[in-house]
Amino acid sequence: MFKLAKFVNLSLLLLSSYLVADIAFAQNSGSRFPGIGRDATPAEVAAWDIDVRPDFKGLPKGSGSVDKGQQLWESKCSVCHGTFGESNEIFTPIIGGTTVDDIKTGRVASLSDRKQPQRTTIMKVATVSSLWDYIYRAMPWNAPRSLTPDDTYALVAYLLSMAEVVPDDYVLSNSNIAEVQKRMPNRNGMTLKHGLWSAKGSPDVHATACMTNCVQFVQIGSELPDYARNAHGNIAEQNRQYGPFRGADSTKPPLAKLPGAAGEGLAHASDTHVASSKGPAALFKSENCAACHAQNAKLVGPSINDIAAKYQGQGGALDKLMDKVKNGGSGVWGSIPMPPQAQLSDEDRKALVTWVLSGGK
Amino acid sequence: MADQKRRGQIKQAPENFISQELIADLNQSGMDDARRGFLRNGFMAALGGAIGVSSAANTFAAEGDPVILEKQEWQTTLGKNVATMPYGMPSIYEANLIRRESPGLTRVSAASVAFTPLQGLFGIITPNGLHFERQHQGWYNIDPEKHRLMVNGLVKHNRVFAMNDLMRLPSVSRIHFIECGANTGLEWGNVAVPTVQYTHGMLSCCEFTGVPLSVLLEECGADLKKGKYLLAEGGDGSGMTRTINLPDVLNEAIVAWGMNGEMLRPENGFPLRLVVPGVQGVSWVKWLRRLEVGDMPYATKDEAVHYNDLMPDGMARQYTSIQECKSVITTPSGGQQLLDKGFYNVSGLAWSGRGKIKRVDVSFDGGNNWKTARLETPVLSKALTRFNIDWVWDGAPAILQSRAIDDTGYVQPTIKMLRDVRGTRSIYHNNAIQSWKVGSNGEVSNVQVG
Repeated sequence: MFKLAKFVNLSLLLLSSYLVADIAFAQNSGSRFPGIGRDATPAEVAAWDIDVRPDFKGLPKGSGSVDKGQQLWESKCSVCHGTFGESNEIFTPIIGGTTVDDIKTGRVASLSDRKQPQRTTIMKVATVSSLWDYIYRAMPWNAPRSLTPDDTYALVAYLLSMAEVVPDDYVLSNSNIAEVQKRMPNRNGMTLKHGLWSAKGSPDVHATACMTNCVQFVQIGSELPDYARNAHGNIAEQNRQYGPFRGADSTKPPLAKLPGAAGEGLAHASDTHVASSKGPAALFKSENCAACHAQNAKLVGPSINDIAAKYQGQGGALDKLMDKVKNGGSGVWGSIPMPPQAQLSDEDRKALVTWVLSGGK
Repeated sequence: MADQKRRGQIKQAPENFISQELIADLNQSGMDDARRGFLRNGFMAALGGAIGVSSAANTFAAEGDPVILEKQEWQTTLGKNVATMPYGMPSIYEANLIRRESPGLTRVSAASVAFTPLQGLFGIITPNGLHFERQHQGWYNIDPEKHRLMVNGLVKHNRVFAMNDLMRLPSVSRIHFIECGANTGLEWGNVAVPTVQYTHGMLSCCEFTGVPLSVLLEECGADLKKGKYLLAEGGDGSGMTRTINLPDVLNEAIVAWGMNGEMLRPENGFPLRLVVPGVQGVSWVKWLRRLEVGDMPYATKDEAVHYNDLMPDGMARQYTSIQECKSVITTPSGGQQLLDKGFYNVSGLAWSGRGKIKRVDVSFDGGNNWKTARLETPVLSKALTRFNIDWVWDGAPAILQSRAIDDTGYVQPTIKMLRDVRGTRSIYHNNAIQSWKVGSNGEVSNVQVG
């Protein structure tokens, strides 16, 4: 009886403390950590829970035509990806390397053909949801999350039409996207039969730890060609210039003989310079201007050389461009807007624009 | 005694390289600059002939090493005040050891990689300023007051946590390696880059501090019977998303804010990132803002288009996540230059995504014969382990390799063994034995054997 009474008392005690907790922390009654965190509102979950799974859970209602997709593509996407999704200038190509046969088999034949120069997105992607999710989530490159669901349907439709997965007059929507999935060229090209998903998975190679006389002869099969010696910059400047392991001076041919204990002829610690660079070129990099502008080539925005050439000798160019950097603008070099760079001080802005107008010299 | 105290007296050199005439002259007329220079050169020549292997500190003029004999600036003037550098920086003489991009690897720096200079680091901890960077759409300094973590999906309560909330929760601090799945990927086909910074530098190891993922999921009432998958989502422009194998990592994953005793660096996900020990770096989602518990994999961009391993038959392995056992010698390594013959401490790193390092063997002859290296403590699960081994180099060309074995018994394979199974177009998960050739001129270069 005593035991039972104790049990009942304990239960009442637990129940009452549960009720107290429930009142004090109404939003999460089972909490081990009262007062920490809160329930998300439905609007908050809707704002952030934007992922779309292969079974299309999460896909919003909407639609978009190939035609509308082409218009959007040409104004927002082609600058990085090419008019036909084939550009290799900034990112690897999206379209190319698939055939009508692949759509039938669901296996992209060119993936096992070593003559194919590059693996395009459409060759690899097995699920149309992946395209939809990523474009909606992260594109365009310099203005992620600026597309509507309808824009996204249209852009996916345009990409799929270029890959001949859908006809040129197609209107892609949440209700027909599952049909499109059945025509994805590499839909059967993925396997989960491997040992690298789980830490408990089985390895696919089984080496043994031989200790003596393990190989008949040692042959070097591959090494860096001589012309690549300095392709990664001077290795001497990428190593400690004291101690036993120095960097080889890759601006020069290899040494004829050992430098000796004192490192005769090698760079020394006293030669080390402070590596951090300053000035407009460094600002250009640190302020992320290089994401859209290159020295010679048109990226998302015009090249430095093109800007310098356009404004050469023009009065007021400095003030005009300083204003453009501060407040953003569009129309001069195409429809992609230059986002405002309000974070820059006037001094840095002036230094940057002066530098750009000088052609980056 | 009287003779020895005479002006200009010198002791006899060990090899008798000074002529009797000069000794007589010195004893009579004393030392001057010309004679001092002559003596110094003569002594140096004698030393050079007599001693084959010496170090810089052992090479000096008759009187001794100038940096000992002459007063140096740092002994004779006032140094800098405390807190002259309120957040300290390495010595200016260390300016060469920095993160570096590999030229030509990517065309835009906001979606690129900067590699850790493994060739100059010691022990197993990566300094925070040198932790490798992989950005997909540029990095931001996110205001921690405006950062939120949402947990939703198969949970009883969709919850929101601010940094203030998360940092009040019970925390753990654990040391783990993080390696990009594409680390060493450039070498699948052929030797492509010169140094260990570029072959293996998408690798770091830190003490991460944060709340265990299991605590957070339990707090939200996650359905761990149905919910076998976790979607981790980042707060950057790419909204990086990865599917996590939830049952497999639940005991070890951390929602982390701390890195080596300070907050995460912005380039590495400040103020919050996921830590998934043993799993490739892309799953350690930075600027972590959302965790969704689900019942199927998500096939997001980086697991549908990238980070899957193309096999020779054209099939791609999807959701390849675990970093298998691997090692590399960091000193000496590609692009380095040995000074002279003689003794060296050969040192490197070993790690396994499946557990602890059990043994590391080192070969100096291209894999024909192997010796077991010393493992330095601590030896931790899913962390870098430092190994060292003695080497007396005779000046003949050599090929150095290391081979790690983990506590599952897995032995690190050769590149040939990997290629026999996976072909050469895999990009990811190249954990092959690395070879460094030491030439007779002391220069070390990246080679592949076989």
